[in-house]
Amino acid sequence: MSAVNDIYIITRRQLLLLSRVPEVLIFSTIQPVMFVLLFRYVFGGSISTGQPGGYVQLLMPGIFVQTVAFTLAGTASGLAEDMKKGLIDRFRSLPISQSALVIGRTLGDSLLNIVVLAVMGIAGYIVGWRPSAGLATVALGFLFLLFFGYALSWVGVLVGLSASDARVVQNVSFIVTFPLTFLSNAFAPTTGMPRALQYFAEWNPVSTMVAACRELFGLENQFGATAGSFPSEHPLTTSLIYMLIIMLIFIPLSLRKYRNYAD
Amino acid sequence: MKSVIAENLVKTYDKGKVRALDGLSLDVEEGTVLSVLGPNGAGKTTVVRILTTLLRADSGSASVAGIDVIKNPEKVREVIGLSGQYAAVDEILTGYDNLVMFGELYHLGKKQAVVRANELLERFSLTEAAKRPIKTYSGGMRRRLDLAASLIVKPKVLFLDEPTTGLDPRGRQEMWGVIQELVKGGVTLLLTTQYLEEADQLADDIAVIDTGKVIARGTSDALKKQVGGERLEVVVEQVHVAKTMEIVAAVSGHKAALDEGLRLISAPVSTGSAALFEVLKALDSAGIHALDVGLKRPSLDDVFLSLTGHAAEEKKEEIAEKKRGRK
Repeated sequence: MSAVNDIYIITRRQLLLLSRVPEVLIFSTIQPVMFVLLFRYVFGGSISTGQPGGYVQLLMPGIFVQTVAFTLAGTASGLAEDMKKGLIDRFRSLPISQSALVIGRTLGDSLLNIVVLAVMGIAGYIVGWRPSAGLATVALGFLFLLFFGYALSWVGVLVGLSASDARVVQNVSFIVTFPLTFLSNAFAPTTGMPRALQYFAEWNPVSTMVAACRELFGLENQFGATAGSFPSEHPLTTSLIYMLIIMLIFIPLSLRKYRNYAD
Repeated sequence: MKSVIAENLVKTYDKGKVRALDGLSLDVEEGTVLSVLGPNGAGKTTVVRILTTLLRADSGSASVAGIDVIKNPEKVREVIGLSGQYAAVDEILTGYDNLVMFGELYHLGKKQAVVRANELLERFSLTEAAKRPIKTYSGGMRRRLDLAASLIVKPKVLFLDEPTTGLDPRGRQEMWGVIQELVKGGVTLLLTTQYLEEADQLADDIAVIDTGKVIARGTSDALKKQVGGERLEVVVEQVHVAKTMEIVAAVSGHKAALDEGLRLISAPVSTGSAALFEVLKALDSAGIHALDVGLKRPSLDDVFLSLTGHAAEEKKEEIAEKKRGRK
């Protein structure tokens, strides 16, 4: 079981790095907190929901999904850093499991997500977020979010290993995640969008994730379900399928890229 | 017994446009030090990356400690140590943290990893800095720590890729001291360098490489002999450089080399002061006043110059970028 041991050590390294640079944690939570405040108090007043408890109930699942979606950027830029410093060469020359470095990286980034989500949950509570479902179901929702972040972190592995430097990685990740999180039901109902965009928004994995979380947190999903499409009616199932597809594609691709990355 | 054998290695980048290695062969006898000497872009790093399983050659074969690099890369990784051009350690972590982590990755177990980390920190005079993050270290200290990380499990073959590039003179001296200690301990070492002095100081054997091929091989003394004993050197005004090169070449019977910055023309000679006299006479009748003229015992610089026709640090073009293989 030496592969498990290797992965464990790499994951621990990740956490050790994090504990030495707490700024990383602070900055990965400041941005979503800013979004919470912006949407809750600036835009939220003009979005009518008919939801008991108000807009914030619908907003928080959106923020959670957006937050874990940024794992992609975190994983990608972390790997690009390692690559630049020659650390990947060192790890690849060691007699360890060749996938340990990337697997450890994705696991470490997921552990970071636990902390970030906890902070976001508290921030949400402060501004009035009160999930109406039972504790177990809410917990399942968070587990779902972590799983989504984990799947996306494998996309980040491929982006990180393919890019030439860390700044490019930042930009590429942003270009991927930004439209995905905004062309969705995360912050506003899709009903107001042009027809074509509605279809995109409903099939967008971010939307299905947000809708799934809303369901698990005990809300009616009023932000989707305009076209009566499969994803808007079965957000949980669709999200699971998306995650599996992402992992089935990106895990093998990323591992292959890692093994041959210098060729 | 040969600890390292590379035969006919070819590696190209950009779909064959850049030939980083062009049929390179070399070997290292067990317990000896081979220095692979060449300018930037000659293919040094590419050889090391192939031998340490980081890169696959397009063709050719290689083995380390009797293990085929292409067929059994996992086994090769168990017997090698690699320290690259960059200090490949986590900057944010302390020297101690880094070494313990690598020890654990070598499956020493936590306890053993701690013992080994402390031993290595002591041996490389890093005990005082052990609990400081690497980013506070000097360049020399980083390299020493990186070297320590490659020695956690005593490797059968150690690869050092330009271990002193980018260090100040003091850092370089320290690093040489450390490597000489290792050599005394009987390690098999393949070391790449672009510093001729470094190869001369540290290696038993030198392989001079240029444009992906070994162009000369032997001990430092043998290589010096190959250049033909002494060199004649003349410094003249810029306007006379071309004519002087002709004269020197005629006397020497070899192509004359030029250091443009110094306007220094040189060529190997075998007749000593007679050649000196001859050149002075020829310069005089051509109306050229030599600013400086003399005979010099050959240095490794001269070896390189006479083998490649260009000075050792001349070519720093795009190949250096390409050979790293990072797109």
